[in-house]
Amino acid sequence: MKTKKNILFGLYDDEQDLLKAVKESNKRGLKIMDVYSPFPIHGLDPLLGLKESRLHIAGFIFGTIGALTGFLFMSWIFKIDWPNVFGGKPFWPIPAFIPVTFELTVLFSGVGMVITYFIINGLSMKSETEVLHDRISDDKFCLAYDVTGDASANAGALESFLKETGASLVETKEMSDL
Amino acid sequence: MSSHVSSIREPLVFGNKTYHNITEDLVAPTEKTPGKLWIAMFILAVGVLAMGVYAVTYTIYYGIGAWNLNRTIGWGWDITNFVWWIGIGHAGTLISAILLLFRQRWRTGVNRAAEAMTIFAVICAAMFPLIHVGRAWDVFFFFPYPNTRGPLWPNFVSPLLWDVFAISTYFTISVLFWYTGLVPDFATIRDRAKGFRKKLYSALSFGWKGSAKNWQRFESVSLVLAGLATPLVLSVHTIVSFDFATSVIPGWHTTIFPPYFVAGAVFSGFAMVLTLMLITRKILHLEEYITVNHIESMNKVILVTGSIVGVAYITELAIAWYSGYVYEQFAFLNRAKGIYWWSYFGMMFNNVVIPQLFWSKKIRTSVAWTFFLSILINVGMWFERFVIISTSIARDYLPSAWSYYIPTGIEIMIYLGTFGLFFTLFLGFTRVAPVVAIAEVKSILKDYGDQYLDKTQENI
Repeated sequence: MKTKKNILFGLYDDEQDLLKAVKESNKRGLKIMDVYSPFPIHGLDPLLGLKESRLHIAGFIFGTIGALTGFLFMSWIFKIDWPNVFGGKPFWPIPAFIPVTFELTVLFSGVGMVITYFIINGLSMKSETEVLHDRISDDKFCLAYDVTGDASANAGALESFLKETGASLVETKEMSDL
Repeated sequence: MSSHVSSIREPLVFGNKTYHNITEDLVAPTEKTPGKLWIAMFILAVGVLAMGVYAVTYTIYYGIGAWNLNRTIGWGWDITNFVWWIGIGHAGTLISAILLLFRQRWRTGVNRAAEAMTIFAVICAAMFPLIHVGRAWDVFFFFPYPNTRGPLWPNFVSPLLWDVFAISTYFTISVLFWYTGLVPDFATIRDRAKGFRKKLYSALSFGWKGSAKNWQRFESVSLVLAGLATPLVLSVHTIVSFDFATSVIPGWHTTIFPPYFVAGAVFSGFAMVLTLMLITRKILHLEEYITVNHIESMNKVILVTGSIVGVAYITELAIAWYSGYVYEQFAFLNRAKGIYWWSYFGMMFNNVVIPQLFWSKKIRTSVAWTFFLSILINVGMWFERFVIISTSIARDYLPSAWSYYIPTGIEIMIYLGTFGLFFTLFLGFTRVAPVVAIAEVKSILKDYGDQYLDKTQENI
C-alpha cells in the first residue's frame, strides 16, 4: 500500500495563464509538485527545472547492442558455425552484412527505447487510473502542489495563490498513485 | 497572436475551435453508434475479406498450383501485390517521421491515420511472401533460431532474407511509433468514458497522466523514433528493390532501383493516404481537421515524387539504349511493344502524365479531382510493379521458354481479399481510436487555427 498524498491543484483554461502562474510561483518560492496538461507546453521544462531527457542515450546504447548482435551473430555463423560457399563469395562478406546489421540496430534501439520510456514514465496496463481531474486530458492545464502532512500548513496560501493567478477551479484531492 | 505570423501561412484547423471542441469532435466517432455508411462499408469489407480467406485457404490446401505461375514466370501477381502494398506502407512513416524532422505542421492532421494505414498495408503485404513460399506452416524457417537441423541458418547474404529483417523491423517500429502517439489520446477517451469503456481505455492508455516530465519524454522518444524511422523507411524499399537489382535478369539488374523504388513507394503511399483520407473525412465529418490545405500539401509531395518516378523511367530507357547491350535493349522495348504493352501504357500514363496535372492549383485543391487522380495513381503504381516483375521474366533467355501469364480467379480473389483485410482493420480502427491525433492538433491550434490567423474559411 502506497502512502496517500494530499494534492492541491488549480485548473487553468489556457497554457499561457499556466505559464504565468508557474513563473509567479517560482518567484514566490513555492514548491510545485507537477504540472499536468493535455499536450506538451513549450517553455515549461526550464521553469520547472526539468533537465533534458536522457532517453536518446538509452536509444544509442540499445542501438549499439543491436548492431553488435547482428554483426557478430552473422560473422560467427559464416566463419565458425557453418562456413558455406555462396556463389564463390568470401566466407566473411562484410558488405552483405550491412542491411541486416542496420535493421537490427534500428530494431533494438526502437524497441529498447520505447520499453525504457514506458518503464521510467511508470506506464503500465491497469484497469483503473487515478487522475486529478477528468478535464486535464481534455482542455485544462493543471498546476499541482503537495500538501501532505506538514505541508498542509501552506494550503491556504497556495489556494489563494492559485485563485489569484486565474485558476478556474481549485481543489484538494487525496491520491495514492502520483 | 497573428501579428508575428506570416501572412501566407494557411490555417490547418477550421471552425473557430477551442481545445474542448477538438476533443469532442475527434473522440466522437469512438463514442457514437456508427452511421449507416460505416456499417455498410464494414459489412462489405468483411465480406470481401471472407472471400480472401477462402482463396488463401484454398491456396494453402491445394498448393501454389492454384495460381497460374509457371516455370518461366515464377513471380506474378503475388510479388506484384506484395511490393505494391509495401510501397503503400511507406507513406505513414514518411508523414510521421520525415515530416516531423522537417517540422511540417500539417502532418498532425493526417499522421495518425497514415500510420494506421502503414501498419495495415504491411500486414497485407507480409501475407504474400507467406503464402508464396507454398508451405505457409513452415514460414518460421525464415528466422535464424537454434533448430534441430544442424542448426541450419538462413542465408544472410540473400536480399530475400534482408527483406524478412527489413519488413519485420519496419512493422515493429511503425507499431511502436503509432502506439506511443496513441497513449495520450487513449487517456483523453478514458477520462470521458464510463463503465467498461473506462476500464478498457485505462488499460490501453497505460495509465497516462500527462505530467510535464511525461510530455518531455514523449517528445524525446517521438523525435528519436522519427530519426530512426527515417533511414528505416528508406532502407525498406531499398532492400525490396535489391530483390530485383541484385539478380541477373535484364530489366531487373539496374543500379537505379533503390532511389527509384523509394520515390515510387512514397508516390503510391501518398496516393493511398489521399484516397483513404478523403473517404475518412467524409464518413467521420472531419473536414475541419483534414482540410484542403492538407490535401494540397500531399498533392505537392505526389507531384515531386511522381516527377522523380517519371525521370527514373526515362533514365532506364536511356541507359538501356546507351548500354549498347542488346538483351537489355530488348527487355525495355519488349515492355513497351510486347505482349504486355497495356500494362506499360497503364504505368506510363498514370505515373508520369497524371501527376503532372497537379501543377494546376485548381486541380491540386479540388477534392473530387484529387480523389479521382489518387485512384489512377494507385492503379498506375500497381502496373509499374507488374511491368517490372512479370514482363521482365516473361521473355527470358530461350525463346522456347517464353510464356504468358494471366492470374487465376484464386489469385484475383486473394488480391481483392487483401482490400477486405485492409478496410476491415481500418474501419475497426476508426471506431476504437481517434483518427486524428488529438494532442498534436491541440498543440498547433494557436499557430494554425483559423481564428488565430484571421482567415476564416471559405474553402473547406
